[in-house]
This record gives sequence, structure tokens and C-alpha cells, in this order.
Amino acid sequence: MGHGAKDEKEFNVIVLVKQVPEAEDVRIDPDTGRLDRSSAEAVTNPFDLNAIEVANRIKERLGGKVTCISMGPLRADSTLRDSLARGCDRGILLSDKKFGGADTLATSYTLSCAIKKIGSFDLIVCGEKTTDGDTGQVGPEVAEQLDIPHACFVEEIKAITESSLVVRRKTENGYMILELKLPALISVTKDINEPPLPLLKNKIKARKAEIETWSASDLSEIGDVERFGLTGSPTRVVNVGSPHVEKETMMIEGGSSREKAKKLVDILEDLGFL
Amino acid sequence: MSSSEYEGVMVFAQQKDGKVHPVTYELLGKGREMADKIGESLFCVLLGSGMEEVDELIYHGADRVFLYDDPSLQEFNVLHYKKCIVDLVEEEKPKIFLLGATTIGRSLGPRVAAALRTGLTADCTSLDVDEEGNLIQIRPAFSGSVMATIKTPKSRPQMATVRYRVMEEAKRDTSRRGEAIKKRARIEDTRIRVLERKEFEGEGSIVDADIIVSGGRGLKKAEDLRIIREVADLLKGAVGASRPIVDDRWIGRQHQVGLSGNTVRPKLYIACGISGSVQHLAGMRNSNFIIAINKDPSAPIFKEAHYGFVEDLYELLPELIAEIKRRRGMKTACITERSMRI
Repeated sequence: MGHGAKDEKEFNVIVLVKQVPEAEDVRIDPDTGRLDRSSAEAVTNPFDLNAIEVANRIKERLGGKVTCISMGPLRADSTLRDSLARGCDRGILLSDKKFGGADTLATSYTLSCAIKKIGSFDLIVCGEKTTDGDTGQVGPEVAEQLDIPHACFVEEIKAITESSLVVRRKTENGYMILELKLPALISVTKDINEPPLPLLKNKIKARKAEIETWSASDLSEIGDVERFGLTGSPTRVVNVGSPHVEKETMMIEGGSSREKAKKLVDILEDLGFL
Repeated sequence: MSSSEYEGVMVFAQQKDGKVHPVTYELLGKGREMADKIGESLFCVLLGSGMEEVDELIYHGADRVFLYDDPSLQEFNVLHYKKCIVDLVEEEKPKIFLLGATTIGRSLGPRVAAALRTGLTADCTSLDVDEEGNLIQIRPAFSGSVMATIKTPKSRPQMATVRYRVMEEAKRDTSRRGEAIKKRARIEDTRIRVLERKEFEGEGSIVDADIIVSGGRGLKKAEDLRIIREVADLLKGAVGASRPIVDDRWIGRQHQVGLSGNTVRPKLYIACGISGSVQHLAGMRNSNFIIAINKDPSAPIFKEAHYGFVEDLYELLPELIAEIKRRRGMKTACITERSMRI
């Protein structure tokens, strides 16, 4: 694996982005319990906007270049254009039927092959998770496949040089301060910054920008095609169902608020909460 | 590598300052149940420095505890932890490997899974095993609006992170016997250094609270949160909040209940003036007991509640506070009377 921090002066940051259905648009068909994504508009995963902003800030400090990579169908090139409009310099879309049906292991493997193909990088930034998959696994799995250190839940970058990074990482009830040698990967929380909206002129520019598209055969010299997509995925979704049996709710509607309060205290007493 | 070589259920025992995280005992509970079902053993891996709770892991169901006791493992360093665990999995070949879906488990699990080239299912809320030892993993997907069942048919171990406070803790039985096996950590990696760890003082995380009283959009202004706080204080509970009032900075994000905040499973959850977005419901619907107070009878929160009070929180909560105080006062009065008699 060749990272270029030593032989090249330019500081290279890679951002992993994904196109997701807009959360508010995903509906459940009440009759079938099935997910209806037909009305859902595709947007850049909201967590990735924070990752892009981190990369932009680092570029301001250290110079260099920000490359964003996404894996998805061809229409996901709009997410890469969005990333360019937000300040990224180069966009690469990994798109091939062979990449389809990938779980987090196959996705991270494919992304790591693409990163190796790019060749030179110092830092990889990704969002904490995606709103659709909601696993947060792809980042650390990419780090393992590239054999570089990583930190998850990064809520602040305390210091960065060409060779190391100090971050504050969120824990359940506090934080840790970690120093990572570069190259490294971080996944960042929504609290790390407030991404600004892209400027209109940058949006227009991004519309005409070139998005490189790499297929499975473009990565076949670096990786094992068998490890892409569904064939490379150890997990299988065997069923998707309605989340739960509906609770039988006892509704208390009539009477004065005083009576209701008494009723509520009776319930709390019966349950042993008072 | 045929999958039949793999045997037993392994649990990652997470610790901090030598104290085992309670999710570990939940994993041991489920792990014991599954190990018994397939007639195999349950073991766990504990990494740290100067740990004292090894016996507790055995009392909670572990047949064997693999112990890595080394100063380099005192704090969570994902590269050090990964190295020990990957080595152990390659030696012991567990069929199933479970970790808590904590900020540690969610960083460590994927790293281990990728190193072992196996599947990992994130944030499971339910697990079972079939007679052949195939792990049946259930997790919420799409903001909790559906439940996905996931299997790892061929790769071993089958790995899952499991949400905290979803499974029952293992029963403690001090007559249980097991084996503690000391392992040596071989660590040379210096690419990550833990410089500092800090825990916030005072308020515990709402994730650990047994009782949560939450407020939402039904509140008219930030100051009115004091009504919610007063109810919470009376019940010795924590204050929760739905996302809109957190976004408006009425209260800190650590109080937020919902998918983008905290997933909670208290014994009692009282939702006041919360209509119940999909995200909020996914973050609290596994609470043991749910009471919803909302003036709109069609609010989605009522579908998840055991008791639904259709009333304006500004009417009901002051009455509730008064009623609790009144009954407490009566109780105190009774006790005083009785003690005076004695």
C-alpha cells in the first residue's frame, strides 16, 4: 500500500460518501408492512456532510487535495457532484452490477481496493454512519483492510500535522483523547462541525465537473472480484418484517385533569414506581 | 476451513477501570441460553489491567474466561484489543462471537470482523440460534421502521454487536464454577496512543436510568422544562427530550432520546408532549413500561404506550406533581403517627 506522505508534499484526504433515501420520505406500507422507497428522494448521507467539512478544514490548514469516493448505482453521481460543490476536488464513483448486494465487509473491501488504486493518501474521513444502513461499520472495516489505525465517534480534531493526528473521541459518558499516526481513518459525529450550504456558483460548476466511474474490472488488478458485492458478503438478509406487535394502549380521555392525575398516580403506585 | 471446526459462544467482556460493563452480563445471559441450546460452551475474553471481576463473569454463566492482563490494555486501544481478540478467535474458533453495541464494541467489532473476513451484524435487538448453530440476528433497519433478520450462513465466527439494555442480564449464581485462563498479550503496535480519558461528573447517562421523563414540542418554552424536571426528580428519574427541543438548544444532546440520540430502555418512560416521530419511537419503544401524555389523541406516541393520557401537559403535570406530593405527605404522616405511637 503506497501512501504518499513521505514522497509527495501534497496532503491527500479521502472522504467516503454515500447516497441514501431522504429519511422523511421512507414510508411503510400499512397493509404489507413493506418499505416504500418509491417516493424517497436521494440525498447525500447527512453524516457525510460533516466528514466533507472536516476534510475542507484540513485542506485549509495543510493544503493538498480532497477526493471523495462513493459506491452505488450510476445515479449516485449526483452525490459526488454535491460533494464537489461542497469543496471536494475529485469525485470517484464505484459502480458495477458486481458491486451490488454488498454488506459492510464487501463494501469496505471494494472501497479499500479503490483507495489502493488512488495510491496516495494521508487521511480518510467518513461520517459516523449512514441513515439507511445505520451500522457505522464500513469506516473501521476499511481501516482494517488497509491496515491503518482508526478512531470512531470523533467529535473534535485537536491537532493535525503531516504525520499525526490528535482527536477527541466520544464515549458513552465522556471522551478520550487519542493520537493516531498517519495514514489513518476517522469517522466523525454530527457534533464536530456545522456544514455550510454549498454556494450556487459551486453547484453550477459541479454540474459540469467530471466524475470518474470505476467498474469491477477497473479494480480487478488490485482486488479479488469474488470479494465484491453479494458473492463477497458473508451476511444475508433473510427477512424484513414489521417491527413489533402493536401494544394494547389503555387510553384515558375523559374527566378532569385532576382525575387523570389521580389515575396516573394510581398506576405509578401499582407498578411500584412511587 | 469447514464451519464444523467452530464451536462455542464467545463474549467480549468490556471493562473500564477494572469494572465490567453491564452489557457484558446481558451478552452472557443470551450467550448461555444459546450455548445450552446447541450443547456447546460459553466463554469470554476480558482485556485490561488489574481486573477483579473474573469470578463475576463465571457466576454469570461463563465456562471459561480468557484473561489478557497487561498495562497496554488498560485503556481501550482498538489496535491492541483487535490483535488479542483476533489471535484468540483463531486459536479457539468460536461459532458465535458477541460484543456490546457500545462506542467500544462498535469500533472494535468491525475491525475484528474485517480481519477475520467474516460477517458482523450491527446493533442487534434480538438473537437466537437454530439447532445447527446458525445465528439468527434481528436488528432494526430504516430508522426502526422495519426489523431485518440476518444470517451469516457460511463464515465463522458469526459476529454481532448487541444493543445495551435490550437483553436480560444473566442470573448470578455464586456456586457456578469455571476456568480462568491467563493469556499473554503480544503488542508492539504504537500507531494509536490514548492520551487521556475523561468521564463527565454528576449526571449519569440517560441510557442507564431506570426512569425517564421526557419532554418535547408540547412545551411552549425552554423554561417550562422545569415541570418535566420536577416530575423526574419526584420519581428519581432522568430527564429526556425529543429531537426538536434539543435542536433548539433547550437542553443538551446527551438528553436526546431517539435514533440520532440515545436508545433507551428504562423500566418506566413517560413521554410528555411528544407526538412520536419514527426516530423517537425507535429510541424508546423497548422501555418496559410507557406512559404517554399528549393533548392530541391521534399522536403516534399513543400506539407505543401502555397508558395514554389525552391531556395538555400544562394541565396534567402540575396536578400530577401535586398528587404525588399529597400521597407522599399522607404516607409520611402515617409513618409519623405510627412511630409516635411506638
